[in-house]
Amino acid sequence: MMARPAAAIAGVHEFPRRTAGGLSKLQIKAESARRALEDAGLTWSDVDAIYDAGEAGAMQGPAFAEYLGITPRVVDTTAVGGSSYEFHAAHAARDIAAGKASVALLTYGSTNRSESRAIGTRGRATAEPQPWSTMERPYGLTLIGNYALVARRHMADYGTTPEQLAEIAVTTRLHATRNPEAVAGLSDIGLRNVGEITIDDVLGSRLIADPLHLLECCIVSDGGGAVVIVSRAVAAGIRKPPVWILGTGEAVGYPGNHADITTTAAVRSGPEAFGEAGIRPDEIDVAMIYDSFTITVLALLEDLGFAKKGDGGPYVAGGRLRFDRPQDGPALNTDGGGLSSNHPGMRGIFLLIEAARQLRGESTAQVPAARLAVAHGNGGQLGTRHAAATIVLGRE
Amino acid sequence: MTAAVPERPLPVFPEPDTEPFWAAAREHRLVYQVCLACGEIVFYPRRHCTGCMGGDLEWRESGGRGTIYTFTVIRQHGQPYFRERTPYVVGFIDLDEGFRMLAEIEADPAAVRVAQRVAVGWEDHAEVSIPLFRPDEAA
Repeated sequence: MMARPAAAIAGVHEFPRRTAGGLSKLQIKAESARRALEDAGLTWSDVDAIYDAGEAGAMQGPAFAEYLGITPRVVDTTAVGGSSYEFHAAHAARDIAAGKASVALLTYGSTNRSESRAIGTRGRATAEPQPWSTMERPYGLTLIGNYALVARRHMADYGTTPEQLAEIAVTTRLHATRNPEAVAGLSDIGLRNVGEITIDDVLGSRLIADPLHLLECCIVSDGGGAVVIVSRAVAAGIRKPPVWILGTGEAVGYPGNHADITTTAAVRSGPEAFGEAGIRPDEIDVAMIYDSFTITVLALLEDLGFAKKGDGGPYVAGGRLRFDRPQDGPALNTDGGGLSSNHPGMRGIFLLIEAARQLRGESTAQVPAARLAVAHGNGGQLGTRHAAATIVLGRE
Repeated sequence: MTAAVPERPLPVFPEPDTEPFWAAAREHRLVYQVCLACGEIVFYPRRHCTGCMGGDLEWRESGGRGTIYTFTVIRQHGQPYFRERTPYVVGFIDLDEGFRMLAEIEADPAAVRVAQRVAVGWEDHAEVSIPLFRPDEAA
């Protein structure tokens, strides 16, 4: 293991509801920030670095600092979709290691559900024409369709089956049923069945973009959260056990003219993060993997080294990723994931939050004595251009 | 007065990298770029070579034939034109000249498959023509 990690997660908070109830994005961010700082035993005035993906508006760095009433020394507005928060964690660890910051605050707030944003089934609106948008705009590829392109090719190359992909949705739903906030949230956003589901349920739900079915797609919720990352010196005085950032990796991916669409940028960010941490994927207890869609998880598990490329289907089969089968490898998305707990558009922050809860022993689907976790965020669109960051976390 | 029929969203200009591609498309020519310095095939169109940083790119005309690399059948879309068009097929085509292009594939959603041969066809609009691919009868 990495000798002396410089930074640790000291406080986390997940906004408990999946409907904002009239709160604004900024209010969700500020409430989450306050609670995450309380979780760590810190206050506004301790924060000297903010990381913000700009979801609440333009010039969000200074605007959110003003809104909180703080004066940070480090401002990072990296915005790479759902993976933004893994990038933020990587940058916070780096900034703390460099002595530029000691208390870093990551926040997220979204009212996508309240705004009735049909995230997955519209083409992306583009403010200004770009070379790629002029080439793609006439064809009506949805976000879900974009991921479906990866799934189709994975099936053609490796014989991956719809049943194998469905296993991922079945497992995350099982985990969600143990999480009272997920159950209440699914009910609040109108799901009739908030209990466990079967492979047949998944394959019996309607196709949205072949080969992906409705129950293979993340929910659309409101929500938000915050993560506080601190230096070794600050970590010595926090209320709960620190969750150390052992390794980080960042990468981008795009298909080009010859790339293998089933291989994501995780194939580069993963080895970077695991290498820095000095641990192997098979040592990981909890895998928080961005589950926008089932295929996202399958491809990422392979690219992070949990299974060989092409073997993801057999790897996930038979409920292997359940929280109660630690002997078989890591537990997947123990909060219920984006598929069944919380996906307000950019889920990356929840990967860090649940990984921290697991390593503190606070999860609702707790892996006994969980010691090592990985959080892997994927932002953008897997079949075209995407960003990826991997964070390896551990407790003492 | 009849209700407006929703129309296919078209490329938005100005966009200087891709305008020559769309100008050729109006003449039903599918074009791509080759770097004269290193031979790299560049697509989508750009002003620089992604292989060697060179700027001397030549436009060439594709025969318009290729192979489906992957595809999906879109069955739900929030935009009126595409909603009416569902189910329809979108995929990546590997053109025989060595470039990969996203496009609609006018094919039976139940019969389309990876590695199927396709050929370009054109859908004409007032200002621009859109390349679409269809199963290649000659294949």
